[in-house]
Amino acid sequence: MPGLLSLDLLLIAAAAWLAIGLCGLLAARHQALVSQVLFPAGALVGLWVGVTGIAALGGDPQTAVLAIGLPDLPFHLRLDNLSATFAILLGLTSAGISVYSAGYFGKGDVAGLGTLCLEYHLFLASMLMVLLADDAYAFMVAWECMALSSFFLVTTDHKHEEIRNAGFLYLLIAHIGAIGILLCFGVMTGGAGDYSFAAMRSQELAPFWTSAAFLLALAGFGAKAGLVPLHVWLPEAHPAAPSPVSAMMSGVMLKTAIYGLLRVSFDLLHTTIWWWGVVALVVGLVTALFGVLYATVQNDMKRLLAYSSIENIGLIAVAIGLTLIFHAYGMDALAALAMTAVLYHCLAHAGFKSLLFLCTGSVLHATQERNLGKLGGLIHPMPWVAWLALAGIIAGAGLPPLSGFVSEWLLLQGFLFSPGLPHPWLNMVVPVAAALVVLVAALAGFAMVKFYGIIFLGQMREPALKDAHDAGPWERVGLVWLALITLFLGVMPSTVILRLDAATRQLLGAGLSDTLKEQGWWMLAPISAERASYEPMLVLVTIAATLLLSRWLVRSLYHGRVRRSSPWDCGYHFEGPRAQDTAEGFSQPIRRIFEPVFRMQRHFPAARDTQPFYSVKVEDHFWYWCYLPIARLANWISALIVTLQGGRIAIYLMYSFITLLVLLMVARP
Amino acid sequence: MTASIPLSAQLINLFAAVILLLAFAMLAQRRMHSLVNLFALQGLALCLATLVAAVSTGQVHLYFSAGLTLLLKVLALPWILYRLVRQLNIKGDVEALINIPTIMLVGIGLVMVAFNVALPISELSHTITRGTLGIALAVVMLAFLMMITRQKAISQVVGFLSMENGLFLAATSATYGMPMVVELGIALDVLVGMIILGVFFFQIRDQFDSLDIRHMEKLKDS
Amino acid sequence: MISISGFLGQAFAILLALFLAPLLSGWVGQCRAWFQSRTAPPLLLPYYMLQKLFNKDVVLAHNASSLFRAAPFVIFGCMVLACAIVPTLSTDLPFAPAADALALVGVFGLARIFIALAGMDIGTAFGSLGGRREMLVGFLAEPALLMVFFTLAMIAQSTSLATIVETLAHRELVIYPSLAFAGVAFTFVSLAENARVPVDNPATHLELTMIHEAMILEYTGRHLALIEWAASLKLYAYSCLGLALFFPWGIAPGDDIVALIAAIPLLVFKLAIGGFLLAAIETVNAKMRIFRAPEFLGTAFMLAVLGLLVRLLLEVRT
Repeated sequence: MPGLLSLDLLLIAAAAWLAIGLCGLLAARHQALVSQVLFPAGALVGLWVGVTGIAALGGDPQTAVLAIGLPDLPFHLRLDNLSATFAILLGLTSAGISVYSAGYFGKGDVAGLGTLCLEYHLFLASMLMVLLADDAYAFMVAWECMALSSFFLVTTDHKHEEIRNAGFLYLLIAHIGAIGILLCFGVMTGGAGDYSFAAMRSQELAPFWTSAAFLLALAGFGAKAGLVPLHVWLPEAHPAAPSPVSAMMSGVMLKTAIYGLLRVSFDLLHTTIWWWGVVALVVGLVTALFGVLYATVQNDMKRLLAYSSIENIGLIAVAIGLTLIFHAYGMDALAALAMTAVLYHCLAHAGFKSLLFLCTGSVLHATQERNLGKLGGLIHPMPWVAWLALAGIIAGAGLPPLSGFVSEWLLLQGFLFSPGLPHPWLNMVVPVAAALVVLVAALAGFAMVKFYGIIFLGQMREPALKDAHDAGPWERVGLVWLALITLFLGVMPSTVILRLDAATRQLLGAGLSDTLKEQGWWMLAPISAERASYEPMLVLVTIAATLLLSRWLVRSLYHGRVRRSSPWDCGYHFEGPRAQDTAEGFSQPIRRIFEPVFRMQRHFPAARDTQPFYSVKVEDHFWYWCYLPIARLANWISALIVTLQGGRIAIYLMYSFITLLVLLMVARP
Repeated sequence: MTASIPLSAQLINLFAAVILLLAFAMLAQRRMHSLVNLFALQGLALCLATLVAAVSTGQVHLYFSAGLTLLLKVLALPWILYRLVRQLNIKGDVEALINIPTIMLVGIGLVMVAFNVALPISELSHTITRGTLGIALAVVMLAFLMMITRQKAISQVVGFLSMENGLFLAATSATYGMPMVVELGIALDVLVGMIILGVFFFQIRDQFDSLDIRHMEKLKDS
Repeated sequence: MISISGFLGQAFAILLALFLAPLLSGWVGQCRAWFQSRTAPPLLLPYYMLQKLFNKDVVLAHNASSLFRAAPFVIFGCMVLACAIVPTLSTDLPFAPAADALALVGVFGLARIFIALAGMDIGTAFGSLGGRREMLVGFLAEPALLMVFFTLAMIAQSTSLATIVETLAHRELVIYPSLAFAGVAFTFVSLAENARVPVDNPATHLELTMIHEAMILEYTGRHLALIEWAASLKLYAYSCLGLALFFPWGIAPGDDIVALIAAIPLLVFKLAIGGFLLAAIETVNAKMRIFRAPEFLGTAFMLAVLGLLVRLLLEVRT
C-alpha cells in the first residue's frame, strides 16, 4: 500500500483489534459468532502486526502524532527497530493464541464471552500501543490500559474468592510497578517538564539521577516482569486466568516489561554505569534460581509454568545485566552478543511458554483438573497436545535443536568473554555467575520432565481421565503454529538474528550481522567459526536421519514384531496407578537438596497411624519475610490513623483548616 | 601469555594448584585417617614446589627448607598424627559435616577474596613464583575455614598445620623463603606444638570421654 | 572447505564408534571381573547381547505409548551425533561445527530427557523412580561438565571441540594447573553420567538404588538393544572426550591419512587403559547412597568452578 507507513499499518491494526473487541461486546449473545469469527479475525490482525513488524525492521524510525487524549498532550508515536522487534513477538504469538482461543472459548458456555472478547482485544491493542508510545503520557495510558484489561481477564472467573484475591494482588503490584515507572520518567525529564521521549533522550542528567532512573525502571518494569521480590503475583494470577490469557500474559505481557527496561536503559539514558549491570545480573540470577527451584516443586501445572516464567525472566535479566556491563566498558561487539541473547530469549520464551500454557488449557478443558496428582497418561487420549507439548518442554529445558537452546548458547558465549573485562573483581565473579546460569538451565530440564511426565505419561491417576478428548481443530492450529515458531527459532537462528540485528545496532551501535553474513544460513557463529559455532539444522537432520536409518535397518535386517503384555509388577498384584511417583514424590530430591530455600509444612505418617498419609505444602519465603510484615505495618499504621477519625464533621473541617494554614505558612515562594 | 612463563614457574604453579586442590579435599573429607593422608600429600606437594624453586633459582637454603618440609610435614607430623589416631582409637571416626557443597561454596568465595587481596602484593614481588601468593593466602583461609567447621579437636590440629603449609608457600612464593633461622624456629615450634597438643588430646579425652570440642562449651563460667 | 577425505574420515569415525563402543563396554566388564576374581565374560559379550536382543520380539506393556517406542531411536541418534562431534582420530571433522562443547552438553541433555520420559511412560514404580533420579544426576552433572568445558574454552579461546583439542595437542608443552581441577571434575561427571559405580551400578538389576536400569526395566528386544548400544556409545563418547581433552597426543591434526591410520591403534590403546582404570575405580569404590550423589556431584561442580578460577587467576593474570 503506497503512502502508508508501517507505523500507520500498526495503528490500523490496533484500531482493528479495538473494533473486534467492540463487535464482541455487541454480539455477546452469539457465542459461535464471537468465538469462530471474531477471535480468528483477531488472529489475522496479529499476523498482520507480525508481518508489518518484520517489514519495518531495518528501516528508519517513523514518528507520528495522534491528537487524542488531553488537548495539550497529544500522543507521540514512534516505530523503530526495538519496537518493531517486540511488535513481531506480539503479533506472531498472539496470532497463535487467538486461533486457539477460537476453539477454547467456543466450547461450553463461557459466561460473559462478549466482555471477555472486548477485554482480550483491548489487552492486545494496549500492548501494541505500549510498544509504539513515544512519550511518557501515551506510554503510561497504554500501560495502565494493559494492566486493567489484563486484571479483568485474570478475574474472568470472579465467582471464586481465590481468583479475586489473585486479581487484587496482581493489580496492587502492577500499580507499585507503575509508580516506579512514572517516577523514572519524572527523573528523566530532568525537571524540564517535557515528557516526550525525544526530550528525555537529549537530556543530560547527573550520574546520581541517571542511576536513580535506572533503578526505578528496574523496579517498575521488574514488578511487571516478575523479578524477585516483586514476583508474587505471577504464580497467583497465571493459574487463575483462563489458559489463553495466561499464555498471553506470560508469553507477551512480561516481554513488554523487558521492552520498557531496554527502552529506558539503552535508548533514553545514554550513559551506562557498570554496576547497573551487576545489579541486574544479581537480581536476574536470584530470580532465575528462585523461579526454577519453585517450579520443580509445584503440584499445579499452571503454577509450575508460572514459576518457570519467573525463571526465564530471570535469565533475560541476567543477559541484560551482561549487556550493560559490556556496554559500560565500551565492548560493544560483546554487548551486541548479549543483547542478541536478550532479544532471542524473549522471542523463544514467548513461543514455547504460550505453547505450554495452551497445552495446559487443553488438558484443563479435557479433564477439569489442574492438579498434577490427578492427571497422568494423557498421551493416549490426547496425542496432538502431548506431542506438541513435547516440543514446548524441549525448548523450555533449553535443549537443542529447539529455540530455548539458541538463546542460552548465546548467553553462555557472552559469559565466556567476561574474563576480558577491565575490572579486577568483575572479570572473576562474572564467569562464575555462568555456573549458576547453567545450573538454572539444568534444573529447568527437571521441572519440564516433571511437567510432561506427570501429565502425559504413566498410568492415568484417575479413572475419569479415560474420557478426556483431544484438542479441537482450532486449538490444534494454534498449537501447531506456536510449535512451528519454536522450531523455526530453533533451527534457523542465523536468519532470525540477521533480522534482529537492526534492533541491536540501534541500541548499541554494533551487531552480529557482519560475521553472520559471511556464513551460510545454517550456521550460527557470532564471533568466528573457529571460536564457536552451532548448526542446529545439522543437529536436527543428523538425529532424524539416524533415527530413520536405524529404524529401517533394524526392521529390514531383523524384524518388526511386537507383542503386548502387562508391565512387570515386581511380583505384587497391586501395581496400580498409585504405585507411580506422585508430583510431590518426583520433586522430593529437590526439596531435600535445597531444603533451606523452601518454606515447607510437612506431615509424616507416624508408626501407628490407622490412616497414614503424607502431605507437604511448599510456600514462598518472600511472602512471609517481605509481604506479610509490610501488610502488618500497613495495618498498624491504618489503625493509628483511624484514631484521627472522630466521626464529627467539625473535626474533619478543622483538619482541613489546619492543613491549609500549615501549607500557607510553609509554602512560600 | 602463558607460553612465556618458564617451565619452573609452571611447575610451581602446578604444585600450588595441587596444594589448593588438597586443601579443598581436606575441607570435604570426613574420615580422620584420610584427612591425615591428605595432609601428608599436601606437605609433599609443598616440598616439591620448594624443590623446584630451589633448582631454578639455585638458592641453597631453599634446598634445606625443602628437606625440612619433607622430614617434618611428610614424615614426622603425619607419623605422629597416625599414632595419635591409633592410640586414641578414632581411626574410622566420621565427623558430621554440615552440607559439604555449602562449605565448598564458601571456600570458593574465600579463594576469590584471597586472590584479589593478594594481587597488589604479588605485583610488588619480583620472584618467578609470585603468582602463587594468592593460592598461598587461599590455603591459609581454607585451613581457617576448616578449623571453624570441624568439631573434632584432632581435625582442628590438622587444619592448623595446613595453615602453616599455606604460610610456608606464601613465604616461598613471595620472597623465596624466610631466613633459615626463622624457618628452623617455626619448624621446631610446630613440632613442639604438635607434641603438646598430643598430650592435651589424652587429657581432653580423659576429662570428657570424647574429643568433640563441643563438650568444652561447658568450661565457661556461668 | 569440506573435503571428500574429511567426509570419509567423519564416516569412518562414526562407524568406528559404533563398532568400538560395545567392545569398550565388554573390556570394562572383563577388567571388573578380573579385579573381583571372577571368571571374566567373553570380550565380545556385548555383541552377542545385541544380536540376541535384535532377534527377540519386542514385548510392550499394554499402556506403552508411541513416545516409549520412539525414545530408543532418538537416544541412539543423539549418541551417534555425540560420537560424530567428539574428535577421536582427527580434528578435521565436517560435523564438528554442528555442535560445539556447549551444544554437546545439550545433545546429552536431550537424550537424558527422552530416556527419563520413557522411564515414566509405563507408570510403574521403578520407572518413575529411575526417571526422577536420572534427572537428579543430570541437573547436578550438567553444570559441572559445562564448567569443565568453560575452563578448556578459555584456554583454547574457542568452544569448538576440534579447536580445543588442536590447541591442547599441538602446542609447546605448557602446564595448565587448571586442567588438573578440570580433569578430576570431568572424571567425577563421567562416572555419574555413565551410571558407574559410586553413583549407580551398571551390573545390577532390581535393587532399590539403581538409576539407569530402573528406567529401562520395561524395554525389550530391539528397543533394549538400541538403548544398550546407546549407553555404550555414551561411555565411548565420554572416554574419547576425556582422552582428547586431557591426553590429546596422537590425534591427527588434519586430513593426513598416515596420521589418521596411526591414530587408530593409539586410540584403542588409550581406550584400553582408560577402561582398565574405570574398572579399577569401580572396584575400589563402594556404591553411594542416592543422597550422597548430590554431594559427589556438588564436589565435581565446585572443582570445575575452582578450575575456572585457577585458570582466570593463575594463568591469565601472571
